[in-house]
Amino acid sequence: MTNTLHRVGDAQSFYDDYIVFAIPSKSNKDPGALPKLRRFLEIALEYKPVNLGDARHGGALRSSKNLGPLSHWKRDMKPDFQAVIAGLTVPTTCAAVFDNAAAAEQFVKRIKEEDLGMSVNISTSIEGAERCCNFACLERHSVGYSLGFEGKTEKIPNSQVTTLSTMCGHGMISHSLAKKMIDFVKENRRTPQQAATYLSRFCSCGIFNPSRATRVLEDARTH
Amino acid sequence: MKINPDKCVACGNCTYVCPMGAIYVDPVLKRATINRDECVECYACYNGLSQEHLNPTFVRTVRRVFAALRIRFEPEPDVCPTAAFEADELTWPRVVRRAFSDPSVPHESTGVEGRGTEEVKTNDVTGRVKVGDAGFTIEFGRPGIGVRFREIQKMCWALAKANVSFEKKNPITWLMSEVNTGTLREDILNEKVMSAIVEIKVPVERTEEILHIVWEVEKQLDTVVAIGVATRCGEHGEEVVVAPILERMGYKLQRAKTNIGLGRMVQATAEPAARVTATV
Repeated sequence: MTNTLHRVGDAQSFYDDYIVFAIPSKSNKDPGALPKLRRFLEIALEYKPVNLGDARHGGALRSSKNLGPLSHWKRDMKPDFQAVIAGLTVPTTCAAVFDNAAAAEQFVKRIKEEDLGMSVNISTSIEGAERCCNFACLERHSVGYSLGFEGKTEKIPNSQVTTLSTMCGHGMISHSLAKKMIDFVKENRRTPQQAATYLSRFCSCGIFNPSRATRVLEDARTH
Repeated sequence: MKINPDKCVACGNCTYVCPMGAIYVDPVLKRATINRDECVECYACYNGLSQEHLNPTFVRTVRRVFAALRIRFEPEPDVCPTAAFEADELTWPRVVRRAFSDPSVPHESTGVEGRGTEEVKTNDVTGRVKVGDAGFTIEFGRPGIGVRFREIQKMCWALAKANVSFEKKNPITWLMSEVNTGTLREDILNEKVMSAIVEIKVPVERTEEILHIVWEVEKQLDTVVAIGVATRCGEHGEEVVVAPILERMGYKLQRAKTNIGLGRMVQATAEPAARVTATV
């Protein structure tokens, strides 16, 4: 699946959107895959990611199945990175999301030094990924370009909405909820950070970028 | 997916979170209701909404009082206050909806895992896309529109006619009754899914031809299409073959997924843990 690839925005707008993910190949029967993936996430934590996730269990912000009646007033809105690492029980794709180039570059360099032997990909602007590779003295192996959205594009809502909703490439964040969160921010019923947190909880693999979402929601307040 | 009418309080939160817009509050029943034909069984409502377990009678009473007094209250927008959603037992062919829509489950129904495959994400290990190859991922229904297999079949027919080879491990290929013609199983054609990906690999020289085919078929489809084109970089990480073709065809390349070549084949010495999918 091309889940991280097709995000709405131009290259410049991805300055705060770097997804680095490790993926164990099915053809590579690596018995050490699980501890390697856990190590990947632990290292990522040192570079202050804005989200971490595994494709099986979700990201650092998740829904709760047992909210109490008082939870509305004291609901935890902070990402739980340790829960992601502790909850990784099977080898699957693991992702770390950064909102600045420096952190992504240093993380990629560190992952190269760590030599886990797993496939690692960077999903961001083409230039942003090239800079990460240059910083780590790596040559790009392969590249998959996004050509964007075509066909009946008149069915897609405006770019503010789709910038938010396409941050979950699996489509778990509905356009309607993204629009509702924009409206909540416009009406000052929620802060951009709160609205971004609600959206994050629907992403099922942890690649949603709450920092970028907060920026988009803040911009949408006045535009 | 189903909503328990005894629990639902018609708060309407779920109507916003459904990616297909398939949930509405029925004005007669006064309960949230799912349009089953439009529902793709993605479980965004079931998995994404947090759940409280409040007494439905109490919540309905409070809501009625607030409504009568024209008082607006501020419920959390991502909560089902009475945990009214219940998973359905899915049977064939409806089960393929979930396989292509809910990323959190392994996809036994299609025989392969995920909506697509690893494509170039593990190319450093598999060597699947070689120098001189262009790997296409043609995805339908995304973002947030959905697609029926009948629509996907139109593209498969056109690509098969152009004599391309479909990726064997891709779930769409698995659902073909005739791979050489790109014909899908008859019994799934009306099923709607969140998105699905057709994967093919061709020599780089055919890039332009394939895109022209895709453009032509797109006009006949009632959904959106997202195309990805992958290729192997040169010895020094350069990619000067596919990007110029795409740019010549009018694409402004903004974003890419870059495999940085750190993977390597490991010889297994023990039975590996079962791998569960859902790809990023």
